[in-house]
Amino acid sequence: MSTQIPPRALPQLDLDNKAFWTGGQNGELLIHKCGDCGYYVHPPVNFCPECDGRDVEPQPVSGRGTVETFTVVHKQWVPELRVPYVLALVTIEEQDDVRLATNIVNCEAEDVRFGMPVRVLFERHEDVWTPLFEPDSAG
Amino acid sequence: MNTQYPEKNCAITGIGQSEVSRGATKSALELTVDAALEAIADAGLTRADIDGLATWPGSMDVNTGFSPVGAPGLQDALRLKLGWYCGGMEMPGQYGAIFEAIGAINSGLCRNVLIFRTVYEATARKASFANSLLHEGKRAQGPLAWFAPYYNYAAAMQQALYFNRYVHESGITTEQIAQISINQRRNAALNPKAIYRTPITLDDYLAAPIIATPLRLFDCDVPCDGSTAIIVSRMDVARDLPNPPVRIEAIGTNMHYRNNWSQLDALATQAQPAVAEMMWSRTDLKPKDVRIALLYDGFSFHTINWLENFGFCERFEAGAFIEGGKRIALEGELPVNTSGGSMSAGRLHAYGAVHEACTQMWGRAGERQVAGVPDVIATSTAGGPLAGAMLLVKD
Ligand SMILES: [Zn+2]
Repeated sequence: MSTQIPPRALPQLDLDNKAFWTGGQNGELLIHKCGDCGYYVHPPVNFCPECDGRDVEPQPVSGRGTVETFTVVHKQWVPELRVPYVLALVTIEEQDDVRLATNIVNCEAEDVRFGMPVRVLFERHEDVWTPLFEPDSAG
Repeated sequence: MNTQYPEKNCAITGIGQSEVSRGATKSALELTVDAALEAIADAGLTRADIDGLATWPGSMDVNTGFSPVGAPGLQDALRLKLGWYCGGMEMPGQYGAIFEAIGAINSGLCRNVLIFRTVYEATARKASFANSLLHEGKRAQGPLAWFAPYYNYAAAMQQALYFNRYVHESGITTEQIAQISINQRRNAALNPKAIYRTPITLDDYLAAPIIATPLRLFDCDVPCDGSTAIIVSRMDVARDLPNPPVRIEAIGTNMHYRNNWSQLDALATQAQPAVAEMMWSRTDLKPKDVRIALLYDGFSFHTINWLENFGFCERFEAGAFIEGGKRIALEGELPVNTSGGSMSAGRLHAYGAVHEACTQMWGRAGERQVAGVPDVIATSTAGGPLAGAMLLVKD
């Protein structure tokens, strides 16, 4: 779990994003998927831009991905913030145009690399299960 | 060819700029009035001649100083009688207000449009940590809500994600990157209105704190208080006014990529390539014809990205292009951000660049005047998933 002290800002949940932000309750990373062609639609909406399908529903993915890009944050924006830490975009292994903003945790910031295999873990705050990613040594 | 494009029927005819500072003695509205009156007078017009008004992003009810003055506030202060006005944010970057004005002029709604951008960020930041992305006690909404839980405190961080990817793909070196900041501070030293005018060295650049890799302090623009105004006139009107018209030769406004801060198609190049391609498709001019490049510099990497995306150098060769800084210096083959830009003169948010373009074309740039007649200037706004571009030509 993250040891950073400031509370995480939380998203307003709505009909489209609720599955993504609460799937962690069951240990699942839920991404909307087209029932007709299998395309993952993210950010979630009930329309598939690949096949015009409307049968698009949240489905669990493996939770594995790779670090598409990242930044090591050194500036202490607020006094309690523990630096350095890593903000990243992680591409899910199922589809290379689904990228999730996240923090890479459970490793030294300096050890994060482009293309590094990572896996999801969740951190609960109120009604939000925040997906975070950590190095996936098995990947 | 291409004479049908409506932007060619529009020209900048006057410019104005308030005092620019790290803490204004005047209100944001008064700064805006100062800039507007100067621009109107510079164009040889009076308030009664202004029949259009446009601004980006319009007045915002946040305490960041990002945009404290909108079109209604200035319209009322100056008692303008307008045929058309607009202020809004969902446009191709900061120049969206200019692009809208082009449409309005060519639709016959107005002839002389006052366009302005006012910032009050220096004063706002003295009052509180100005975070335009997060609001205390409120849940995050909108496109950036996907970043909200991840300690994303500033635009610098999202943008650093793209810049780090650019460094990874291009192999640009820290010493090369530094040339953008060093060059602009050198130019700012010759701009009496610039905020930071003491030149910096490579050692200064390297010694400054890292904000978020690869961004260092001197890669970031400088929040300031100030207002810039320009007058865009219909071409036939412009030709009767005192300044040689600065014609809008071509614009780039498209949104072909995914406009999304995490899903944008090409992280390393962002939204700029298709926008630049559109601009070049609307003119016979080529990158080699450009005398000065006034490129968006919210961060130094934006400028680096635009050098490539405008075609001044090949993909991922901007590092070599700016190496040593000679090529982009005032006396170089392509002077870049001649006023000192947002990183040294102050974050006037792309409108400082338009003001500088006219200043250079009208020979008013004093010690930083580029030699010869800088008659073609390329300028650009924004980064990430949005971008806008404009080619200006002295008529
Ligand atoms: Zn589909």
